[in-house]
Formats: sequence, structure tokens, C-alpha cells
Amino acid sequence: MKNNVVLEGLRDGFPIGLGYFTVAFSLGIVAKNAGINPIQGFISSFLNKASAGEFALYNAIQAQVTYLEVAVITLVVNARYLLMSCALSQRFSSETPFIHRLGVAFGLTDEIFGITIARKGFVEPYYNYAAVFIAALLWSLGTSCGIIAGTFLPVNIVSALSVALYGMFIAIIIPPAKKNRVIAICVLVSFLFSYLCSVLPYISKLSSGNKTIILTILISSAAAIIKPIEPEENSAGESNA
Amino acid sequence: MHNTYIYILTAAIVTYIIRVLPLTLIRKPIRNRFIRSFLYYVPYITLAVMTFPSIVEATQMPIAGIIALVLGIFFSLVGLGLFPVACICCLSVFIIESILR
Repeated sequence: MKNNVVLEGLRDGFPIGLGYFTVAFSLGIVAKNAGINPIQGFISSFLNKASAGEFALYNAIQAQVTYLEVAVITLVVNARYLLMSCALSQRFSSETPFIHRLGVAFGLTDEIFGITIARKGFVEPYYNYAAVFIAALLWSLGTSCGIIAGTFLPVNIVSALSVALYGMFIAIIIPPAKKNRVIAICVLVSFLFSYLCSVLPYISKLSSGNKTIILTILISSAAAIIKPIEPEENSAGESNA
Repeated sequence: MHNTYIYILTAAIVTYIIRVLPLTLIRKPIRNRFIRSFLYYVPYITLAVMTFPSIVEATQMPIAGIIALVLGIFFSLVGLGLFPVACICCLSVFIIESILR
């Protein structure tokens, strides 16, 4: 029984890992620019497993901001995992030992959350461990490869790969925006204000991490006040991609 | 000069706390409507803020970044997933920068 669950985890984790590898490769190029070596990249990717979070981390390292700023930007960028973790807490059997909550939380990414929620019944920790093992391994290897090969690649290839992460972000935010008009407006408002912050005097001098924190808190608060979600709406727009 | 390992560890610890706290502490759904709504919108707004205008600044030619953004949005609307959309964005930048060179 446990073996079956592990095999299913590996089967579902592998395609996720392949996708991760290419995205992590472009993340490696960002990491390389921040002065991260391949081993640090591997460790960082294995421990964090968060594209947007790591992207913010490497930008922060490049800017040599304070450790506190790194903590705050990580908290803000990865806040969505709070929601996923809340959702998963409702899917745990009371008979599953507590230690598995600690283990499953370690591998909670957007995609792993997606395949976990897609399964019927209670969370089966060994399914998650198997899927996370293969996916996180490819994610970490991809980061290291990006750091190593990013230097040897011609500038036009690096330029092309540098938009992979943004392409991924777009693929995460657009499908929910298509289903939910409020999210669509939030995305457009975010684009507009982010652009304004990059050109306006004084504000444009803030670090990109600070701009992200300020804009996210302001726009999310405004959206929450103007258009609070209904009780059932909790996971309606959540992306599994 | 800060230590890179402390940076990585800081991010890793904060990320783990975010992932583990609700799963271990919260057994019931959050009641506060504002907090729930705020958390609901945060991921989309954060990612949107980080995507634009950075995608235009990342490429050698700004026009390539703009086209990658437009194509990425189009193919996401059509229903393609994370991986194919990321590939399309990369390919479009590569092709446009090769043509306009």
C-alpha cells in the first residue's frame, strides 16, 4: 500500500520536476548575477523551493540589503503558502502522526499543493515525500546548472531565458484573473502602480524588494476592503499550475 | 558585505515557518474576513508587481520583453500551463532579438 503511494508520488512529481528544471535554470542565472555559487544555489533551492521567493532572495543578496529585509520580503512573497497550508490542514486525518505535518509542510509548493488537493481523501504523507523528492531534486539541480552554464551561454540566450520566470508568474496569475474580475483588476492595478513606482522621482530609488512589499500590502489591503471575499470563495481562484 | 549562507538560511527559515505554522496550529478556517481577503489577494498582486515592468527591463531590447508579456498573457488565457507559457516567452524573446539585431 505504502509502495503504491510512493510510486504514484514519483510518477506525478517527475513532470513537475522537468518544468522546475527549466525555470530553476533561469533562476540560476539570476543567482549567478548575485554572486551565488552552484553549491549555495543547490542548498538554497532545496531549502526554499519557491521561485518567487528565491527570485526576491537573489535580488536582495545582489543589493546587499539587511537580513531583516530578506525576512520581510520572503514573508510577503511567500504569503500564499499560508493559505495553502491552511487548506491542507483541513485535509489531514486525525490519525496521521503530527510529525507528518512538519514533513509535508517542508515540500509545500504551488504544484505539490495542486496535486495533493487533486487527490481524494486524506493527505498521504509518503505520496507527498516521493513527489517532493523528485521535484525538489530537479529544481535544485536546475539552479546549479543555471549558475554553472549561465556564464558560458551567449548573451541572447541568457536574455531569452531571463523571462522564463516572468512567464511562469504570468501563467500563475492570469488563469485566476480570467475567472475572477476582481483579481483581473488587481493585476492591472499592480502593473500600473509598479510601473509608476519605477519612473516616479524619489519612489523609483527604493529597492525593488521594498517596492514589492509596499505595493503588495497597499493594493491587497485596498482589495480586501473594497471587495472582501465571500466565505465559500476561499480557494476559487487558487492556481494549481 | 553580508554572509550569503545567512541570507539563504533566513529565507529558508521564514519560508518554512510560513508553510508549517498554519498546518500545525490552525485546525479551523480563519474567521476574520479582512485577513482572509487580504491573504487571498496577496499572491496575485505580489507576482504582478514583480512581473511588470521587470520583464521589459530583463531583456536586451524592451520591445522583446513587451511582446513576451503579451504572448504570455495570451497563451495563459487560452489555457496553457506554467511550463509551456514560460517556453513561449523565452522563444519569443530569442526570435525577436535575433530578427531585430
